[in-house]
Amino acid sequence: MPAQKDRWVSSLVFLLFCASSIPKCGGASLQQELSPQHYFSGLEAGKTSLAFFTPSVSPGAQPFLEQIESSAEVLQDYGVSVVKVNCPKEDVSRYCGKESALRKAFLFRGNRLIREFPTDALFDVNSIVANVLFALLFNEVKYVETLADLENIENVLKGKSNMVFAYVPATGTAEHRAVMEAAFVYGTIHQFVLTTEAALLKATSHDDPDVSSAWLLFCHCQRATEPAQPCRRTALAQPLTLLNIHRHLKLMGAPLVTEVAEDPEKISTVHLQLGLPLVFILSQKETHEADRRTAEFVAWQLLGKAGVALLSRDLVELNVLHRSNVALKTPDEGMPIQYLVLEDTDEVITLVEDKNKVRQIQSDEQEEEEEEEDEKESNNQDIQDDQVVEAVSRDKKRELPLEHILILTEENFHSSLSEAAQTVVLFYASWEAVSLAVLRSYSEVAAHLKGTPGVLLSRVNCWDWPGLCSQENVTQFPTMRIYKEGQQSVTYGGMWGTEELSSFILLSQVSCPLKLATMDEAEGYLRGEFPAELSSHHHTSLLGVFSSATSEARKAFEEAGNILSGYVRMGMYFEDDALALSQKYSVAPPALLLARSGGRSVEGIALSKHSVQDMVQMIRYQLLDIFPEITVPNLPQYLQLGKPFLILFSAGDISQVESKEMLKLAKGRPQQEFVACWLNLKKTPVGYGILRTYFSTPPPLPVLLWVSLHAGGQVFQFPSEQSITEMNILSWLEKLQAGLEIPSSTLSEEDWKPPLPAYDFLQMMEPSVPELSPHPGATPAQQPPKNPGGDTARGDTATREEPSQESTAEGVGSPGRGLRGTAPRLAARDKQGKRHSEL
Amino acid sequence: LGLALYASSLCAVSGGTLLYHDYCVIGAGPAGLQAAYFLQQAGRDYIVFERSHAPGSFFALYPRHRKLISINKQYTGKSNSEFNLRHDWNSLLSHDRRLLFRRYSRDFFPNADTMVRYLEDFASLLKLRVQYNTAIIHVTLEKNEQAWNGHYFLLTDQDRKNYKCSCLLVAAGTWVPNVVNFPGSEYVEGYETVSINPEDFAGQTVLILGRGNSAFETAENILGVTNFIHMVSRSRVRLSWATHYVGDLRAINNGLLDTYQLKSLDGLLEGDLEDLAIVKDKKGKLHITLRFYLENRNISAGIDSLTLPQDELDNFATRAPYDRVIRCLGWKFDFSIYNRSLRIMPGKGNIKKYPQIKPSYESRGTRGLFILGTASHSVDFRKSAGGFIHGFRYTTRAVHRLLENRHHGVPWPSTVYPITQLTNSIIKRVNEASGLYQMFSVLADIILLRENATAFEYLEEYPTGVLAELEMQTGRKAHSGLFVIIMEYGRNFSGADKDVFYYSRAVGEAQHAWQSNFLHPVIYYYKHLPTEREMRLRPPDWPLPRPNAIHHIVEDFLTDWTAPNAHILPLRRFLENCLGTDLRNFFAESCFLFAFTHQKLPPSCQQGYVGMQGVVGSQELRQHAVQAGLLQDYTRTDFLGDTPPDSHDGSQEQLMRDHGIPVRPLQHLVNAKDE
Repeated sequence: MPAQKDRWVSSLVFLLFCASSIPKCGGASLQQELSPQHYFSGLEAGKTSLAFFTPSVSPGAQPFLEQIESSAEVLQDYGVSVVKVNCPKEDVSRYCGKESALRKAFLFRGNRLIREFPTDALFDVNSIVANVLFALLFNEVKYVETLADLENIENVLKGKSNMVFAYVPATGTAEHRAVMEAAFVYGTIHQFVLTTEAALLKATSHDDPDVSSAWLLFCHCQRATEPAQPCRRTALAQPLTLLNIHRHLKLMGAPLVTEVAEDPEKISTVHLQLGLPLVFILSQKETHEADRRTAEFVAWQLLGKAGVALLSRDLVELNVLHRSNVALKTPDEGMPIQYLVLEDTDEVITLVEDKNKVRQIQSDEQEEEEEEEDEKESNNQDIQDDQVVEAVSRDKKRELPLEHILILTEENFHSSLSEAAQTVVLFYASWEAVSLAVLRSYSEVAAHLKGTPGVLLSRVNCWDWPGLCSQENVTQFPTMRIYKEGQQSVTYGGMWGTEELSSFILLSQVSCPLKLATMDEAEGYLRGEFPAELSSHHHTSLLGVFSSATSEARKAFEEAGNILSGYVRMGMYFEDDALALSQKYSVAPPALLLARSGGRSVEGIALSKHSVQDMVQMIRYQLLDIFPEITVPNLPQYLQLGKPFLILFSAGDISQVESKEMLKLAKGRPQQEFVACWLNLKKTPVGYGILRTYFSTPPPLPVLLWVSLHAGGQVFQFPSEQSITEMNILSWLEKLQAGLEIPSSTLSEEDWKPPLPAYDFLQMMEPSVPELSPHPGATPAQQPPKNPGGDTARGDTATREEPSQESTAEGVGSPGRGLRGTAPRLAARDKQGKRHSEL
Repeated sequence: LGLALYASSLCAVSGGTLLYHDYCVIGAGPAGLQAAYFLQQAGRDYIVFERSHAPGSFFALYPRHRKLISINKQYTGKSNSEFNLRHDWNSLLSHDRRLLFRRYSRDFFPNADTMVRYLEDFASLLKLRVQYNTAIIHVTLEKNEQAWNGHYFLLTDQDRKNYKCSCLLVAAGTWVPNVVNFPGSEYVEGYETVSINPEDFAGQTVLILGRGNSAFETAENILGVTNFIHMVSRSRVRLSWATHYVGDLRAINNGLLDTYQLKSLDGLLEGDLEDLAIVKDKKGKLHITLRFYLENRNISAGIDSLTLPQDELDNFATRAPYDRVIRCLGWKFDFSIYNRSLRIMPGKGNIKKYPQIKPSYESRGTRGLFILGTASHSVDFRKSAGGFIHGFRYTTRAVHRLLENRHHGVPWPSTVYPITQLTNSIIKRVNEASGLYQMFSVLADIILLRENATAFEYLEEYPTGVLAELEMQTGRKAHSGLFVIIMEYGRNFSGADKDVFYYSRAVGEAQHAWQSNFLHPVIYYYKHLPTEREMRLRPPDWPLPRPNAIHHIVEDFLTDWTAPNAHILPLRRFLENCLGTDLRNFFAESCFLFAFTHQKLPPSCQQGYVGMQGVVGSQELRQHAVQAGLLQDYTRTDFLGDTPPDSHDGSQEQLMRDHGIPVRPLQHLVNAKDE
């Protein structure tokens, strides 16, 4: 709705702009106070002015003056200046001299008097504007009194132009003004005809119109090429206001049927812009002419209520049911087009009119709408809204390639574990959706790792072997463990994606930390060439270098290695020449050498903390990139830092320049209070979803945003006109911190409530539940029935009948369910779409 | 002399023979051994007393015709050991997979000898501490402030040996035959001793007193050789398939119903056995009469002088004389060995054969005395399976857990999960848990929510009757609300007089789940732990007080509650609405989007993705999600166009075809049970 309103406002602005583009009176002041001499000498040809003459002191005319003053501004828009002329006492000229003239206002064009108005006809702004415009538009707006006059005008217009026929109960009213204002804009396009004769209104309409309210008919005389053919008329259904008339004329001016040969989602017509639905008649080459006639017929019926377009299926690739013949596009943002199979044109009309009716109710009573929504939604309780569950159940018929995964049972579990150097076990439950989703990734891992020596992939279905699972202390599904002979099993705690699982399994093959024996090995390790098992795998390598004296640090490092096993590639070196190795990277042992991206750069970090926890934390922190590309799998690592994000959204790879500037920014502040990162929309398309949430109109890419994920949830956009340089960003950040910037968006604070209500069984059971009384058994009636022939039997028949009633109700209801592609079914589908967007 | 005797006996009591154990268990039957197993596993100081030389002495004798009516299902098509226990009614619980009953017998209804052998193995393989040939003949209390319960239990055996224990677990079963006394009851043979050789009944006319499984089992055995059999009992016949109670007449024993209803001479009669009288004539035939005909008469005067009912009412039903009358009236608890100070009282009404106990299985009279096994059936008599091995193996474990918390500070075992696992943990349990299934409405799984509902604690198989005492009994805290998961039959569905085969008895639609008739999971949600008072005032027939919200998972023909749309989805919606959160799973990509567009994340993103455990999903899966309209595909969108992306992905038709069908079970298949 708000969007619709915007359009309204904009069209009004447009209208006023049209109006005000008419040459204005030179003076800026709206109401000039002049002497008569000045006034008459200043009158220019072609300029219109409304003048009134007052003696210097004239308290009686005060209310009239106020109205005049307030209408001055409006009249200015129509190029009419309002002038107050002060009559000197001694002046006895035509306008000032006579008492009667002082009670009138005079309309001049140039110095020619067009009309004089008695002030009692100018009782308020509406009457002033209406009367002045009426006088000015004498030629454009014909006033008729008889039907014959009207028909004459009509006949003249036939085949040439259209007519706007308005009835107002009286002149000088708001409706009259609206008509005149519209005539001011459209007078050159359509012939305006005005009447105040109730009889004439009655003669032109079929049923008994309410003569106390104004009416406006649009007469399509241009289309009536034959003199005998009457002009079709379309009444304005809304009250006569300038906006409604404008809207109506716009709609009447639009082509009756638009021919469309492109994606209906992209189509926008006057109707949609004005908040009306657009009906597509789906056409085929063979039936084009008939369809066109149908479309025109429907269009006449819906004129003013909806637009009609003829969509040629042959020209547009449509992924809809072949049987669909009608589509409905509503002006609401984000509502998908409904494709329908309708029997006759009445259904189309009903469809549109009902839609409008619903909208009417909705806008009238907001609360009721919500209630209605609730009710509608509760019917969806039995529709799956869990994306994982639904995806898995849609995929259940596909057979998974699980032949490379060994099935373990209570019988063979322990024997199988001893067969391979390392056994990977996935514990899952065959009825559980997440388990099954992970099992799919796991099967991809199996295909990926096929033939890797020493790795055995297996699975245990805990639904089959609950004893085994509880014995192995598996309390959650799924759980992945790696069992190595003679060692404690390691439980996987990472993302359930194919890549992450594979990497974990591969890294787990090598002991962590890996003890390196020679300098060559250590160097090879840093280059990523040693050990051979991992050479294909590009990970940041971490090498702990210890002189034998620093055994405490080494011990902590080894324990940290146990914890990080499978996630981090860790080696250690504590031979005699450890010092030489570490000095190469200008640190003294104990130290960490960090080789990022295949050893091209090695960083040396001195180890100062010796507790295992600190060590683990430090290693984790060191492994984070300085200016990372944020992806779905790696975001949690950065989220854990609890800092705001400075994130650059890029349509693809970021440019060298931007990358350099951002890196400078990130590196420049070692203990920075934000995470500088970027997002590749090509790789992480869900980023579009983020941008769409932040901005109603998406900014040009790349766009740099500040997102306080953890505090306040405000989103700021780096000004797009500035180039992304360290300096610019820093100064922007300063302004940000100083609170000088306005957030573009704020993250939703909403709680995650239940998406839909549950069945209220308690309430359903209520009639059969006896009320709890404080003293049960105080009255005999509340005692449980003792004799089997008594209450129990009655209760029994009652419950017996109930289900059968239910089942008949089901029986009646079920045929409706079977019908697909019908309007109600589609209505249900819409709601799906809606929820989906709310996800 | 009297004084001397007294002194010597006192001496014996206080002498060095007094043996102490923390736990004493009376009876090495299934319940006693089951209790011993848990005590042994927990490393407790315990002893089991068994009067016989071997465990399961009851099964050495009974059932007389040796056919157990507890099922021993070999195959279920599943390897899930917990699930399979649902259909194994004979095994006890242990970690030893050798001790599964199906390894002992291939019979669906195994022989009682197998049970004896099984129990022997159970005791020996697990090295349970059982003292055989020790019949406890007297139990009394010794007050002591230091004792766990303020008193010790003093047990005396047949050799006057004394034992002292802190806690007494009575698993003695019900073995005292129920006897009715009426004039002529001396002519009645007992089930315990009656011949089981059908040939002994050839050409005889037999009257059987009682209408339980033992009565029908006796009848079944001799049905083919007798003239006819009549059965008398006060109550109408209760068929277990109508009552859903395994203690009622099982179909395997009900051959006599066939012959009765087909008018093949056998018959059932209703009447109070207390009014009965039996008179023996000179030929040794037994005539049935009523007690009031015999009043003020001398029976010894001979049958001829007596008025029999048929003299006045010549079509009196049991006018034909019988050759034998057999009593099959079941058993009752042996109340005789307990000192009065223990205040072990029989229950009232139809549970008078059982001692009075609380829903925690502790005696109402004595703290620290627990009744296990068959004798504890008063808690769920004619409702659930607490009187049978497949039920009390779980209640015994529950009692053990209560004791571990009470005496050893070991809280009830529980697992803490993140909230994202809530739906999963419930689905897992309702699909496989055997204790919930067998002990429906009696044992419940409890979910205790942690603050802010980010995590929860899962407790298995807690007795519903003591829900109010949960914090005290388990050592766990219920601060932020709880879920109680139990299984229920439909109310008013089960009953001796109910037609359980009526059309549309099965519910297929999730939205009508509350009308489910067959056993199905029900989840109660309480914002606060119910109080004792609320427990007491719960509506009749409700296992629990009125909750804040309730959810029924619709009954399933296969008892497989894993259907994503019919079972899991409505459950998730229920849980979501109780917790006020969104429990959907999201792919990592969605979480990524939320992380940048929302200040808060749904639990699955917060606990999964942000914790580095995001569900990345394969290409195919994401494609499916896009087609379902649950995930946006941004790869194909023209960024500047604000058209919805769906129109571009070429799946519109697919979408239309797939979508509107809100995956609904096929009506006729769902109701297949009707046909």
